Amino acid sequence: MKILVAVKRVVDANVKVRVKPDNSDVELNNVKMAINPFCEIAIEEAIRLKESGVASEVVVVSAGSNECQEQLRTALALGADRAIQIATDETLQPLAIAKLLNAVVEREQPGLVIMGKQSIDGDNNQTGQMLAALSGMPQGTFASEVKLEGEELLVTREVDGGLQQVGLKLPALVTTDLRLNEPRYASLPNIMKAKRKPLAQLTPDDLGVDVTPRLTTLKVSNPPERAAGTMVSTVSELVEKLKTEAGVL
Amino acid sequence: MTILVIAEHDNQTLKAATAHALSAAKEIAAQTGGEVSLLVAGHNCGAAAEAAAAVPGIAKVLLADSAALAQQLPENLAPALVSLVQAQAVTHLLAASTTQGKNLLPRVAALLDVAQVSDITEVVDGDTYVRPIYAGNALATVQSSDSVKVITVRTTAFEAAELSGGQAAVATQEEASDAGLSRFISEEVSQSDRPELTSARIIISGGRGMQSGDNFPLLEKVADKIGAAVGASRAAVDSGFVPNDMQVGQTGKIVAPDLYIAVGISGAIQHLAGMKDSKVIVAINKDDEAPIFGVADYGLKADLFEALPELEQLL
Ligand SMILES: Cc1cc2nc3c(=O)[nH]c(=O)nc-3n(C[C@H](O)[C@H](O)[C@H](O)COP(=O)(O)OP(=O)(O)OC[C@H]3O[C@@H](n4cnc5c(N)ncnc54)[C@H](O)[C@@H]3O)c2cc1C
Ligand SMILES: Nc1ncnc2c1ncn2[C@@H]1O[C@H](COP(=O)(O)O)[C@@H](O)[C@H]1O
Repeated sequence: MKILVAVKRVVDANVKVRVKPDNSDVELNNVKMAINPFCEIAIEEAIRLKESGVASEVVVVSAGSNECQEQLRTALALGADRAIQIATDETLQPLAIAKLLNAVVEREQPGLVIMGKQSIDGDNNQTGQMLAALSGMPQGTFASEVKLEGEELLVTREVDGGLQQVGLKLPALVTTDLRLNEPRYASLPNIMKAKRKPLAQLTPDDLGVDVTPRLTTLKVSNPPERAAGTMVSTVSELVEKLKTEAGVL
Repeated sequence: MTILVIAEHDNQTLKAATAHALSAAKEIAAQTGGEVSLLVAGHNCGAAAEAAAAVPGIAKVLLADSAALAQQLPENLAPALVSLVQAQAVTHLLAASTTQGKNLLPRVAALLDVAQVSDITEVVDGDTYVRPIYAGNALATVQSSDSVKVITVRTTAFEAAELSGGQAAVATQEEASDAGLSRFISEEVSQSDRPELTSARIIISGGRGMQSGDNFPLLEKVADKIGAAVGASRAAVDSGFVPNDMQVGQTGKIVAPDLYIAVGISGAIQHLAGMKDSKVIVAINKDDEAPIFGVADYGLKADLFEALPELEQLL
């Protein structure tokens, strides 16, 4: 079975971004970039499925400007077999990305697509569900366990009330949650080897997809600041303040 | 012009999240002159539809009751919703930003060929919404040019709407069909007598500093004295101290209680994203450099293993 993994280049999870003074966007110049953490989990899951003999090939795909080749190379170093960049400098929104990925799905015919549940920059939590809809696949979102049993993919999902198990027909789409696995690090020899693995480029035009944004960002602003609080020195002082000053107990 | 809210329910009653999504829908209605309707989809969910009919200020309840919708699997529910949107001239489709809403709505949006606006915190007008991005470190004001607006609502940003006192008509919808793509197998629902995290007035959360799940009773005893819900950081969940549904944060639950007490939690961006809109924040941490103190109204530098038993005593 072939597995397609979609990865996104995002600002590193440890960076606290700042809003630009002109309120047009956040400042992304000279900030550290990385693979979206949920996509790292997706890559790891695909590689484990290959290592256990369930998958035969792992293809990673990312849509964006040439910088995202860096994240594709990392995915190759982690163990993916080949990479596809959907090259464009346009701003991409989830629906457009889902359409681009759907065109890749049509070409590659994977048995399983694994994606992150959420990109930590846009916090959209949409693209996987949208791709599943467009490709007519069932979706196992927010997965904490994935197991192939015969022709059925068993997915344990993290839901608000606890855990849910669903069975999906193949081909299927999974989006990862934090507990699915713990991603490995790329070793130096593998980073070197990854440089020679194939990385193909396609454009939205090649795929016949119109990526015109549907949403216009009118402004990006700072959230309200919290005023600095006070330190208390004892538990009894804390309780006292919560009762009288804050009035919440 | 219908603003349709997808009710979240357990076939019997409406879940609290629905009341918050309704509020956002009413704000949109006030801006656009549309009318708000509620959809109850499921199987044997007549009681939930009756509960929905009692919601004041809505035009009607759409009841989609069929075996194929029993577990509200998105593979079956999304196509049914597409038909509804077209038949009812829906201009805005809303759901609460719960795992259920997040799972379903993007699938509907894609089938309708429209964008989704995720997790809105403010309605500017019928086309324009505010939503947090980058773990809440920025707020984006976005305008949609699509004919149907598909929206998930951050429940903490909208007051709960009144759920009783009304009398709306219930319109039964066509039988939905099973797409044959997926099946529900089982659900393990965490049982607790404490309030639900997302609707609790007080929350006390534990982090890696708790060291083990065996120490969580220290928090729970405090929680039970003040009627609080118990939450956790990702580190506490990943370490297996507590189940996943207790995670508060950017990628867990978003909460905004009157009082949030963070115990043994450092205050990473991702955790703050889930609780920094709480009215009053208390932090108990042994490291006075912990970033959580930067957002806390009251900080106590202390060892939690001493502070928690004392807190329990004094409450
Ligand atoms: C993609 C992604 C998504 C994430 N999503 C979330 C999310 O939704 N929610 C979330 O919480 N995190 C999330 N995180 C993780 C986040 O970055 C932090 O790693 C996590 O919040 C840390 O948890 P913690 O504060 O419990 O642990 P730590 O950062 O290890 O802090 C433990 C704290 O306990 C204190 N402590 C230790 N012992 C004691 C004691 N005896 N008495 C008092 N204090 C003590 C320490 O001083 C320290 O401040 C996410 C990370 C990523 C990359
Ligand atoms: N530009 C992109 N290229 C490839 N995959 C993407 C891209 N953007 C989002 N994705 C995938 O969609 C997931 C969810 O993203 P989002 O819907 O933006 O929260 C990510 O974790 C990726 O797997």
